[in-house]
Amino acid sequence: MTDTTRKAARPVAPAAPAGPKRAAPAPRRTRLSRRLTPWLFLVAPLALLLTFTYAPIANMLAYSFTDWDGVSPELNWTGTENYTELLTRSELFEVFFVSGYYLVASVVQIVLALYFATVLSFNVRFRNFFKGVLFFPYLINGVAIGFVFLYFFQDGGTLDSVLSLLGVGTDHAWLGTPFSANTSLAGVSVWRYLGLNFVLFLGAIQSIPGELYEAAEIDGASRWHQFRYIIAPGIKPILGLSVILSVSGSLSVFEIPYIMTGGATGTETFVIQTVKLAFQFNKTGLASAAAVVLLLIVLAVTWVQRRIVPDEKVDLV
Amino acid sequence: MNRRKVLAGSIATLALLASACTGTGGSSRGADAEAPDDPSEVKGSITVLTHRTDLVQDGTMKKYAAEFNKTYPGVKVEFDGLTDYEGEVKIRMNTENYGDVLMIPAVIQKKDYPKFFASLGTKAERGAKYRFTDYSTVDGKVYGQSPVGVVPGFIYNKKVWSQAGVTDWPTTPAEFLDDLKAIKSKTDAVPYYTNFKDMWPLTQWTNVNGSVSCDTGATTELAEGDPWAEGADLRVGDTLLHDIVSGGLAEKDPTTTNWEGSKPKLAKGEIATMWLGSWAVVQMQDAAEQAGTDPADIGFMPFPAQREGAFCAVTSPDYQQAVNVNSDHKEAARAWIDWFTDKSGYAAANLALSPLKDAPLPDILQPYEEKGVKLIDLDDSKGAEVKAIDNQSEVGIYKPDYRQELVDLARGARGGGLDDYLGDLGKRWAEARNSLGS
Repeated sequence: MTDTTRKAARPVAPAAPAGPKRAAPAPRRTRLSRRLTPWLFLVAPLALLLTFTYAPIANMLAYSFTDWDGVSPELNWTGTENYTELLTRSELFEVFFVSGYYLVASVVQIVLALYFATVLSFNVRFRNFFKGVLFFPYLINGVAIGFVFLYFFQDGGTLDSVLSLLGVGTDHAWLGTPFSANTSLAGVSVWRYLGLNFVLFLGAIQSIPGELYEAAEIDGASRWHQFRYIIAPGIKPILGLSVILSVSGSLSVFEIPYIMTGGATGTETFVIQTVKLAFQFNKTGLASAAAVVLLLIVLAVTWVQRRIVPDEKVDLV
Repeated sequence: MNRRKVLAGSIATLALLASACTGTGGSSRGADAEAPDDPSEVKGSITVLTHRTDLVQDGTMKKYAAEFNKTYPGVKVEFDGLTDYEGEVKIRMNTENYGDVLMIPAVIQKKDYPKFFASLGTKAERGAKYRFTDYSTVDGKVYGQSPVGVVPGFIYNKKVWSQAGVTDWPTTPAEFLDDLKAIKSKTDAVPYYTNFKDMWPLTQWTNVNGSVSCDTGATTELAEGDPWAEGADLRVGDTLLHDIVSGGLAEKDPTTTNWEGSKPKLAKGEIATMWLGSWAVVQMQDAAEQAGTDPADIGFMPFPAQREGAFCAVTSPDYQQAVNVNSDHKEAARAWIDWFTDKSGYAAANLALSPLKDAPLPDILQPYEEKGVKLIDLDDSKGAEVKAIDNQSEVGIYKPDYRQELVDLARGARGGGLDDYLGDLGKRWAEARNSLGS
């Protein structure tokens, strides 16, 4: 029934030759929808990305050329004045010395993560348990970590009581001096991010085919040799990535020091300083410029790093 | 390659478009919120933004609203309690939708008040009845009214102080330091607690301003002079704080202090003294009740400085309530502010100073009356200039940073001397004033 009515309704259709019909391009609507499909899938993530990442960045860029105070309906275009002020006030860059502590800490962190990842990639007792223990801190919210460690470092807090159990009675104010405070905070940061590096390394190590180890063992290679000649070259790209992440991370430390000390006692980082400029002194324009400068610095450091250590394809076999 | 460039370009364009859309509101300016003539005629539903989340949660605000409705039956009042009041309201004020009644956030510059708030009347008419009118006066019009007034001072544990043999309030900073030393040697209490970690308690020290000089023009003095000149109020206050810490009279590890934890400690006599304000007395008394100690042990004393044989204490406003200039129910909003200020009993419930000039002093300030402490209202006509200089110089007299540095300096965690440090602050202050003046 339906067939006949359709045919009757479209008398032109049979006019097209039957043979080449398949080879001919699909009807316009199909073609269009086929082209559109991937974009339709992309609409949601792209919309989110634009609204929550690129629009604010564009806004920030725009603000960095104004004297906006963050709330006033009036804002004046000041050109590059904010950038000039930033670059002529050297004290604003002194805070990068604090990043040094975190840079040293991230070296420790990578070495430790590499060690644990290597050890736990072999057959060790309670392997999964240790993996969990190492990765767990990364799952905790940074704010919670800040509060927990505030109690940890308190006078007579967890650290002091553990030390006194071991017979080391100290009366040290852990967050009391710039050196001690920064070291303590960097330590917390190592504790927190060790798990991430560890998991990255472990994944990379486990993707190395098992035969290689067997072959190496037959050849009489020790564990150290296995690490040196199989694992280390095998995870080089991930190692490079970790280094980039830690350098940019060290330059933009924020959560842990902001919550634990608020930048007091010489623990102020560049990001904390930027937040203070924007929200304490209402210099949103200057703070936006500072944020842009930080972005450029991180990009520059990453670029230099990629030039020095280029990314090579790894071929173990 | 080409395609990617096009895509990147269009993303950038879109982002710029999006940024162009997020303009700022508040274009209407200069509206008035008139007080209604007939309470029963006022209609409408208003939203009150408040920082007192505790009062919203425990239903106290609802009780105020019910009481308010007895006079104004046609007005429906709703409350929006905001934990991070400053931060959230600041962002909401980029739109037109920031409640009908709100507390003026500290970040709003005085000159912008007419763009955000409806006027409550002229300074001449309001100033006769209310305190603190010049804190929100722009061009002769008043834009806000604080429902309570506070007086800065030292909260102390009377028991501890008398155990140390001190019965009279110290009259000079040196005497105050001696008393703290006596507390240190004769009792187990920490003589002074800075609350360094929580930051804002340190900012309270700026309220010393006016107490030393006993000058109602102290704020003008800040705007025009050097706040850290020899003998200036802030210098006297900061020096006292410095000497307390460097004399070992403060807590052992200031970097891990805890405000909530400090309240029961003071109530129990583990802490002897804290520089806060009259508003803190209620909280300490509550803490004493919870800790099972006598709330009457909580004492309150003025800054140790006298002029012509009398102490001076400065009165200052809390957050000031204002009417949103974009509100559709300005009359109802105005009615709420008037009622809340005059008749709600909010000030009395908080043991605070009433904003009404002819109201009696609250109980906690009775000792002040007995000892002849002079209460002075500071002239705030230069308040906006002080704030502008403060932000421009990045000194932050209302922010914790510089006093944290001062405490670090005093306990040796930071190099340098007090004179150099305060001198440098004064220099930055002067530079900022010059750059703003031009």
